[in-house]
Amino acid sequence: MNLTELKFGQKAIIERVVTDDDLSLKLFEMGLLPGETIMLENVAPFGDPIAVLLSESKICIRLQDAASVQIKPID
Amino acid sequence: MQKEITVALVGNPNCGKTSLFNALTGLNHKVSNFAGTTVEKKTGETKLSAGVKAQIIDLPGTYSLYPKSADELVTYEILRNKAESNYPDLVIFIADASNLKRNLLLFSQVADLGVPIILCLNMMDVAERKGIRYDLKLLEKELGVPIFAINARKQEGIDNIKSALLNDKLRITAQYYNLDHVNAQMLDEICKATDKRNKYAALQFAINASSLLSEKAQRIIKLFEKYSFDTRKFQEDEILSRYHIIETTVRNARLKNTSQLKNSLTHKVDEILTHRYWGIGIFLVLLLLVFQAMFSWSSYPMDFVEYIFGLISNYIETQMPKGILNDLMVQGILAGLSGVMIFLPQIIILFLFIAILEDVGYMARVGFMMDRIMRPFGMNGKSIVPLISGMACAVPSIMASRNIENKKERLITILVTPLMSCSARLPVYTLLIGMLIPDTAKWGPFNVHGLVLMLMYLIGFVAAIFSAWIFKFFIKQKQKNYFIMELPSYKMPVFSNLMITLYEKAGAFVWGAGKIIVAVSVVLWVLASTGPHGNIAKVEQKFASTINNDTIPETVREEAKLQMNSQKLEASYAGEFGKMIEPAIRPLGFDWKIGIALLTSLAAREVFVGTMSTIYSVNDDGGEETFSNIKTKMQAEINSQTGKPSYSLATILSLMIFYAFALQCMSTIAVVKKETHSNKWPIIQFVYMTVLAYASSFLVFTIFS
Repeated sequence: MNLTELKFGQKAIIERVVTDDDLSLKLFEMGLLPGETIMLENVAPFGDPIAVLLSESKICIRLQDAASVQIKPID
Repeated sequence: MQKEITVALVGNPNCGKTSLFNALTGLNHKVSNFAGTTVEKKTGETKLSAGVKAQIIDLPGTYSLYPKSADELVTYEILRNKAESNYPDLVIFIADASNLKRNLLLFSQVADLGVPIILCLNMMDVAERKGIRYDLKLLEKELGVPIFAINARKQEGIDNIKSALLNDKLRITAQYYNLDHVNAQMLDEICKATDKRNKYAALQFAINASSLLSEKAQRIIKLFEKYSFDTRKFQEDEILSRYHIIETTVRNARLKNTSQLKNSLTHKVDEILTHRYWGIGIFLVLLLLVFQAMFSWSSYPMDFVEYIFGLISNYIETQMPKGILNDLMVQGILAGLSGVMIFLPQIIILFLFIAILEDVGYMARVGFMMDRIMRPFGMNGKSIVPLISGMACAVPSIMASRNIENKKERLITILVTPLMSCSARLPVYTLLIGMLIPDTAKWGPFNVHGLVLMLMYLIGFVAAIFSAWIFKFFIKQKQKNYFIMELPSYKMPVFSNLMITLYEKAGAFVWGAGKIIVAVSVVLWVLASTGPHGNIAKVEQKFASTINNDTIPETVREEAKLQMNSQKLEASYAGEFGKMIEPAIRPLGFDWKIGIALLTSLAAREVFVGTMSTIYSVNDDGGEETFSNIKTKMQAEINSQTGKPSYSLATILSLMIFYAFALQCMSTIAVVKKETHSNKWPIIQFVYMTVLAYASSFLVFTIFS
């Protein structure tokens, strides 16, 4: 399952980031790391980008980039 | 002897660096015309003790020492080079205590460069509200550097930092990440190639050099190949290892962490402000309110500025001996200056609103909402900040585009930002709209002036978007696109920070515009009062008999005097000049007087009003030049060839469109040259905008006449 499939208010744990470019570095720097808990908070008009909540910050990310983030939903 | 130390402020974006900078230096820093967020280094001074001063450098916020955008590069460039004169003796690292883990990632990278560092934990109150608390003594011991708790926005804890800067014992370096897993021989060679002793600094510089393709890139890329060193793999590993080290270090010092992923106040506000359906509507209403405020609140301060200038020119006119110098002061310089300074209140109000929206954290939300809309036009959500602040001034806005990571998106943003209607166009629009519609006209609760003005801003925005779409096809793309942005939690704006921002902006406007206007006014006045072949004297001779004849009625003599002045201007060098270009601008409905103004506005648009006041004041031979006077004089102007008013509806509309689209701003051209490191792009931009302006004005004039 990847980040684009997360539903409102649903929590998940980031498993890994699969990219072949610098996107992974940017995601890590912003705190989107394997092991972090993540929750979908807002969706922009037209459904893209999305805003996700991390333990300490709120990040907005395009769906095409979010697709690289593999997650595992909690319960 | 005065001792001076250099201190750099480093931290993530939105961690309160600029608040701390303002608290440390007050107004004691160089006035610069930068956007709300810092995208360029700023320096200021603070006195630590009788004999010691500190030079404080505020650096753009960055997430790591591997810069991904032009503003992050500024910070990296200061920290990478020990030989640089700005290289700090000490780094004050400002960390958002409510987001410590991510903030410490950059902290550990900076510390590993080997520069002495102290850690300031800001926003402890926010952290507490989130349920996060730290044992600072223990954290200090674990991290091995001095730690201070501050509240930059409330200016708390500032004195502690000042005394820490004086204390040489607190110049401590620390090291967190070790490079044992990296091939030692390669590290040695990298150190040699980059001329650095610190191994991490050398490797880090080498990685950046190889990706930025700077001078040493070829040699370093070969080195990396020789040892089959994968830079991306290394960076991923570095970041994850650092997070791991931070997590273990911080864990002990964390007193309690009840922080859970839960919907905060920020979330509730976001639910409304960035709502899927009405979020953009709220944004548009907000913009409308800004324009209404700009228009209605500014009338009293504008009257006041007008009154002050009236007093000054009256005083100079009566107190100074009559003659050339008096004329130059009153009709040249003061007329030009007052025509523009009168707009300072409107400009300040616009800057104030943009600064508040930025400070509160709303601008990032606008970027979030607009990203999907901007994408088909080759831009991204971050482009909205330059575009909106472009309504105040293109120069800082173009610099604000530095935080856009993607080069193509950034370039397009730079190219179209000057099409947004900036405050320099405001005087021109206000003057011209005022000639079409009476001040008092209302449409429902709205001032019609405000609405027409908003329409002009909308035209600018549409032109910008349309041009971006065109540029998208002509600019090549090398990088992959991504758009990841932090949405900072909402904050109350800080009054003193807003005032400092306003002081900077207003100062930049007064000095920047003032200098150009004084220079242009003087040149223009000389050109308008002298002419070739003694033509001016001939005109004076022609009218002398009528004007000096006491037997002719006063009204007839006045009329003759006006005609004489008009013919004198026509005979002057300025008149000759205007007539020379008149054939080129006649299709747009402009006469030679507008031609003069177009020419002088090449320096800056607002000079149009100054030029008009100089031209019409010279025309009327002195008297009080006020804004409404220029308007009345321009409205009364009759075209000598057609016998109709010179400023018909078609001419006024055509003129407004011309000013909306043409790139008449030297400062913009200079900043585009600097930001794109090229001559090519400012030239393309200038030609494109001039053609667009000419064609559109021609179209408008043809339709309406």
